[in-house]
Amino acid sequence: MAMITMVMPAHLRTLAGVSGDVTIEVDGEVTLRSILDALETQYPMLRGTIREHVSGERRPFLRFFACGEDITHESPDAPLPQEIASGAEPFYVVGAIAGG
Amino acid sequence: MSNVQVLVGTRKGAFILTSDGKREKWNVSGPHFAGWEIYHVKGSPADPNRLYASQTSGWFGQIIQRSDDGGKTWFQPGTPAGEPTTTPEGMPVGESNKFVYDDSAETGKPLTTHQFYDGTAKPWVFKRVWHLEPALDDADTVYAGVEDAALFRSTNGGQTWAELPGLRGHGTGAQWQPGAGGMCLHSIILDHQNRERIFVAISAAGAFRSDDSGATWKPINRGLHSQYIPDPTAEVGHCVHHIAQHPANSNVLFMQKHWDVMRSDDAGDSWTEVSGNLPTDFGFVIDVHAHEPETIYVVPIKSDGEHYPPDGKLRVYRSRTGGNEWEALTKGLPQENCYVNVLRDAMAVDSLDSCGVYFGTTGGQVYASADAGDTWAPIVRDLPAVLSVEVQTWP
Repeated sequence: MAMITMVMPAHLRTLAGVSGDVTIEVDGEVTLRSILDALETQYPMLRGTIREHVSGERRPFLRFFACGEDITHESPDAPLPQEIASGAEPFYVVGAIAGG
Repeated sequence: MSNVQVLVGTRKGAFILTSDGKREKWNVSGPHFAGWEIYHVKGSPADPNRLYASQTSGWFGQIIQRSDDGGKTWFQPGTPAGEPTTTPEGMPVGESNKFVYDDSAETGKPLTTHQFYDGTAKPWVFKRVWHLEPALDDADTVYAGVEDAALFRSTNGGQTWAELPGLRGHGTGAQWQPGAGGMCLHSIILDHQNRERIFVAISAAGAFRSDDSGATWKPINRGLHSQYIPDPTAEVGHCVHHIAQHPANSNVLFMQKHWDVMRSDDAGDSWTEVSGNLPTDFGFVIDVHAHEPETIYVVPIKSDGEHYPPDGKLRVYRSRTGGNEWEALTKGLPQENCYVNVLRDAMAVDSLDSCGVYFGTTGGQVYASADAGDTWAPIVRDLPAVLSVEVQTWP
């Protein structure tokens, strides 16, 4: 069981009813998909907000970062760095700066 | 003493404005859901403490919020506070924000495309909820008009949603196309006298009616004339901006179309223009006096290219004859240098003896009249752009 630290945009923290970073428990290999699956299990009110409900596709104004790298367009099943899996580095969901 | 509660949706949150029956002093609550676009907030006729809100975002998608205490507290109905967020098997239970088009052969005719602005075929893609219409006699039943245009219904207080696929599937859906704001189902009228009858309106498709509680539908656009479409009198393709009905006069409908103010005396089977002496018949809102079924209100807007009032004067126009003869209502409204818009869901009336009329502007003002439009005063002046206004009245 990996304990992942996640940093999310303020609107998602409000929806989830949390403040600051959140900790997610991930079973098995730590990937973008497994992190988001675990997040949506732990915080079901976030289902559909990061990935579209039906298609499962990332919402276009959101990006993902791990260890300073933009992994938005990487395979969702690619293993993430050990620093993410160990909780030493947070996993970032970042909203694009667009509009006001 | 009666109370009035005005539910305001804006570009950056919801606000609740409350007053007593005099409607002179107001309390302002909000912003609720700060920073989110709140397309619509509406209370249940069956239980005024039950409110539904459409919270939406280009970043994070669609959220349905519900209040059971008149707007003091809110929650997502698929994930009630204090209840497990997963099933015993560990699966998520939050489904209240999920709107999935029903293209199954079992429940509707599979329909996969509508027209884009340029006439090319585009698949239906859910974007947001424009309008929430709670049922007349059951607080747990609520209808949602969505973009891309379709009608959904929840019968469990917004926890889960199912499309009424007969609307998209009745045969003309492939000809629908978006208006400037998107291809949205923005108006829903549940008929008070004929409880199986539902009216909806879609930009840019037109008005539609069901006489069997939403199972089957037909276009009701005969008499509409829209010069901006290839066939100005086509069965569908008209950019209807809003429709309204008096609860006691269910065969009479009023419509603010892209251009033209229209009325129907046969439940939409045919329409006639009643623009009369309006300075311009472009606009978005239209509503009906609570106690006078032939008294109606519009806010003329200069043109489709200039979304502000003519001459910089914000004027509500009232007809006491069901159209054609209009009078300008200006007392208390800015009569110079005013260039705001009033969007399609941003006018409402209360049901007090002296009918109150309310509307919100893209400049963030919410105006109220406690005397059926004779005089106006702003309740608030500086909200974010107002998307919708609804009113609840408690005796």
